[in-house]
Amino acid sequence: MKARVHISLKNGVLDPQGKAISNSLHGLGFESVLDVRQGKTIELDLTDMSKETAETEIDKMCQQLLANTVIENYSIELID
Amino acid sequence: MKASVIVFPGSNCDRDLKVALAASMDAEPDMVWHGDSELPETDLIAIPGGFSYGDYLRCGAMAANSPVMREVVKKAQNGTPVVAICNGFQIATETGMLPGALLRNADQSFVCKDVDLLVTSENNRFVGSFKQGQVVRFPIAHHDGNYFADQETLDELEGEGQIAFKYATQSGELTEDANPNGSLGNIAGIYNKAGNVLGLMPHPERLISDALGGTDGKSFFDNLVNSIA
Repeated sequence: MKARVHISLKNGVLDPQGKAISNSLHGLGFESVLDVRQGKTIELDLTDMSKETAETEIDKMCQQLLANTVIENYSIELID
Repeated sequence: MKASVIVFPGSNCDRDLKVALAASMDAEPDMVWHGDSELPETDLIAIPGGFSYGDYLRCGAMAANSPVMREVVKKAQNGTPVVAICNGFQIATETGMLPGALLRNADQSFVCKDVDLLVTSENNRFVGSFKQGQVVRFPIAHHDGNYFADQETLDELEGEGQIAFKYATQSGELTEDANPNGSLGNIAGIYNKAGNVLGLMPHPERLISDALGGTDGKSFFDNLVNSIA
């Protein structure tokens, strides 16, 4: 089973990289961009297990290591 | 007195910290490998600065989960003094020993210079002879030193006198210009609630002799050692 974990900074937490990307996009003429937030994606390759078990397991991984819940949100996407 | 310096792969200030501590103590500190699951008998634990595990994932995230840190957290909970500098500060927040987190510097750039710091805590057990309101000068060198915590935590830190140092002007004013990284409240260093864990972004170990440009760092370690010995 494969899974993706998406991690992004919480709203209200300053994201200087997102700001820099936003400025660059404006420089290229993409005026439609109102704001940019940069995050990261972590791909996991897991042994076969039920979706429920996988979600519980990955949630634990996020809490313990993959995300810093003081400043980051995360979401889990399971891919068959 | 015995001290332990934790050694992580990638850290580059562990030996500076050892030299600084040895100059203020009458013994060399033990260098403890991150993979060890036990700490030697120790009166002080020092967590050094410098890109542990290459800053992969998040600064301090991997180091915070290394075997030796489980012991460090346990000792800290039992009252052993811990000083955590720069990447060490990031590691200490990642373990939960200190509240908040260190974000990328607000202007995106790596900063490396000497800064002035206002001593802000009156019950600063580690910096005994530094007086509240005094300005000291330490170097900084970091990319992720932008201290962040939610408002409730910030209020608690202020209310409980847990803020040790704030970035300031030479005359001690807390201006935006004096803040090198965007830290909330100009925060450069904090204590935990019990007062035995100090985390700070500046590097006192880099200013321990006139030959290096100053001695405020030497005073810092002298005070630290005197407060424990």
